[in-house]
Amino acid sequence: MLSIEEYAAIGDGRTAALVGRRGSIDWLCWPRFDSPSIFGALLDAHGGCWSLAPSGASRITRRYIDDTNLLETRFDTDSGALVVTDLMPVASEEDKGRLLLPDHEILRVAECVLGEVEVEMRFAARPGYGRRPGRIRHAGRLGVRVEMGADLLALRSDLPLDISAEGQVRGTARLRVGEAVHTSLTFADDWPAVFPPLGEWSRAAIARSAAWWREWASRLRYDGPRRDMVVRSALALKLLVYAPSGAVVAAATTSLPERIGGDLNWDYRFCWLRDAAFTVRALFALGCTPEAEAFVNWLLHATRLTQPELRILYDVHGNAPEEERILEGFAGYQGSLPVRIGNAAAGQRQLDVYGEVIEAVVYFVEAGGTLDRETERTLCAFGEYVCRHWQEPDEGIWEPRSGAAHNTHSRVLCWTALDRLLQLHANGHLRRAPAALFQKNRELIRREVEARAWNPDLGSYVAQLDGDRLDATLLLLPWYGFEDAGTDRMRATYARVREALGAEDGLLYRYRTDDSPGEGAFGICSFWGAEYLALGGGTPEEARDLFERLCRHANDVGLFAEEIDPSTGAALGNFPQAFTHVGLINAAVSLTRRLAGAPPLEHHLSRPSGLDLKEAHV
Amino acid sequence: MNWGSWLLWGFVATLVLTTIMAGSQGLRLTRMNLPYMLGAMFTPNRDRAKLIGLAVHVVNGWLFSLLYIAAFHQWGLATWWAGAAIGLIHAAVVLIMGMRLLPGLHPRMASEQQGPTVTRQLEPPGFLALNYGYQTPVSVLIAHLAYGAILGAFYTIPPAA
Repeated sequence: MLSIEEYAAIGDGRTAALVGRRGSIDWLCWPRFDSPSIFGALLDAHGGCWSLAPSGASRITRRYIDDTNLLETRFDTDSGALVVTDLMPVASEEDKGRLLLPDHEILRVAECVLGEVEVEMRFAARPGYGRRPGRIRHAGRLGVRVEMGADLLALRSDLPLDISAEGQVRGTARLRVGEAVHTSLTFADDWPAVFPPLGEWSRAAIARSAAWWREWASRLRYDGPRRDMVVRSALALKLLVYAPSGAVVAAATTSLPERIGGDLNWDYRFCWLRDAAFTVRALFALGCTPEAEAFVNWLLHATRLTQPELRILYDVHGNAPEEERILEGFAGYQGSLPVRIGNAAAGQRQLDVYGEVIEAVVYFVEAGGTLDRETERTLCAFGEYVCRHWQEPDEGIWEPRSGAAHNTHSRVLCWTALDRLLQLHANGHLRRAPAALFQKNRELIRREVEARAWNPDLGSYVAQLDGDRLDATLLLLPWYGFEDAGTDRMRATYARVREALGAEDGLLYRYRTDDSPGEGAFGICSFWGAEYLALGGGTPEEARDLFERLCRHANDVGLFAEEIDPSTGAALGNFPQAFTHVGLINAAVSLTRRLAGAPPLEHHLSRPSGLDLKEAHV
Repeated sequence: MNWGSWLLWGFVATLVLTTIMAGSQGLRLTRMNLPYMLGAMFTPNRDRAKLIGLAVHVVNGWLFSLLYIAAFHQWGLATWWAGAAIGLIHAAVVLIMGMRLLPGLHPRMASEQQGPTVTRQLEPPGFLALNYGYQTPVSVLIAHLAYGAILGAFYTIPPAA
């Protein structure tokens, strides 16, 4: 079984697949991210996969074709070299209206670029997490068909294909330099299915897809350190956007472990409100305005059924994810059990999400967006909810399964929610906000955090009120504008966090508790450390040095999982992980502004100079 | 045909249908907002779209009621249960066919095949409009049953000349 970092992702804005370094697609859920898997070898050897590679040993290198999500894997063998290009073909909506394209397709093209190579394809579809065996049959020139109820998988190739008694499809060919094989897998849930031709048509699909991705990447606005990593992170983030609704899923996979062999295995194919402000800020900062606006739209629309209460996660259409259950029969990634589908954290309470969502709306407004009356009412209802509940315990940002507590981060985010609502009100976007109520509670929260979240014995802010534990989220206080990065308290807090949670090479653990023993250093927390320095907690050189060191923890194609094993550098947790890439982008943006002498991004918002309570009161 | 009865009860039935759907939204049973969906065909402004959509929806409701009344005349019978039976079929057509076709008709609605291009559009309703909440089909069904039942119960077929 490959290491997690030996995978790369391809996608089409509705789902993503993981392609292993040895040329095997080991994870694919169709038609959308949280659909049951068709290829699940990532989590079980019998879960299904699709391999296209030389039949013998080879030296492997791979890359994404510049500024695209098209993966190119080169296999150098004793007799020659083979380059396999993997993609989910994409096209503009105009091209889709003009051309007859399949709704869902993976295209794989293997071309011999040196000498001679024997190429071998093995295909074993195991739909429904391996529990819904399809009816497989050879349909001559129409390729191999796997019928799964009303859905159809169609595999076509210019390789001759045979089906074994076990339902595995195999094909081989000896290619000379300049020769290529084209293979296409399509999924149809809407009839009749569309079968694109192979050969020149496949090459046209590659060219069309590469052009689409390059055009998208060309709109990215960033000119700072490690532009290559920032662009790759944006492309990775784009792979996790569900285009029909604008939702951003946390990761493309379920149950990749935070500790190999452990039980910290969760389903991340859903959308966390916690990620909202970070994601929207990253998207706007890079100029991905359509994605940012669509995500804010989704945030407000998807949460409508529970407003003013917010759940912490939703599926791509804003419904509650399916109930968490254990997938019996899957052996788990390197024996890491259980394999879970659905996510029980959906039932938890996180008071920080109000601040995240409202902050995201502020970024939207700052970018020129306007709020209709219904959204104004919704935002005010969020604020009133926060005023009623901020004193209560919650599970907090990390969703421990050990119970609720009075979390500093949640308190600060409640403060953020009210602070941003007051900003919107002062700038005329929330005309009927109960400003006096919001202002009073904002001050109460600040006083409580300053008094009870500061531990004088430790000389640091702490994770929970009146507590003594440290947590990487404390580095976000400047990010939210709660306290400047350069204050004595923040500098001391940073030093304590580094002492307690620091790992090799600038990495940071999120916390050290009994909730997740043995987990790796947390990707986004490590970037929060770099961003804290960039926001004024350190010198620009310190920030840049740390940021560049952290970038080196990406895998060979620039992707991050949720966590990193500090001792080996191995990726841990679900993959690729939006949160980590968002952390990288935000740190890069703050660093660039610092290097240019510009004020930190969160301070560019026009802040109210002080509200007249009599005028503001309604 | 009894034109006065059609105008009156077609309007009342449409109002009740709209009220049930709006109530379902208020009770957080569904995110489906038919006036907004219709109005967004004409303008992206949410506030204006709701007003325009409400007007379009009322006119639609009136026009659709003609089909119900045509059936009543055909059967020579207008009862609450006959109306509700047509309402059942009407709801099924809306949920099963209408919602799947809507993205193709609506200039500001994404389709299930959208991507990776993202624009700020209305979310596609999906099969049975389940994307707008699992209880959406129930709300739509109840609203159409009530619509048909009102028409059937109160529309009076004029006596044959």
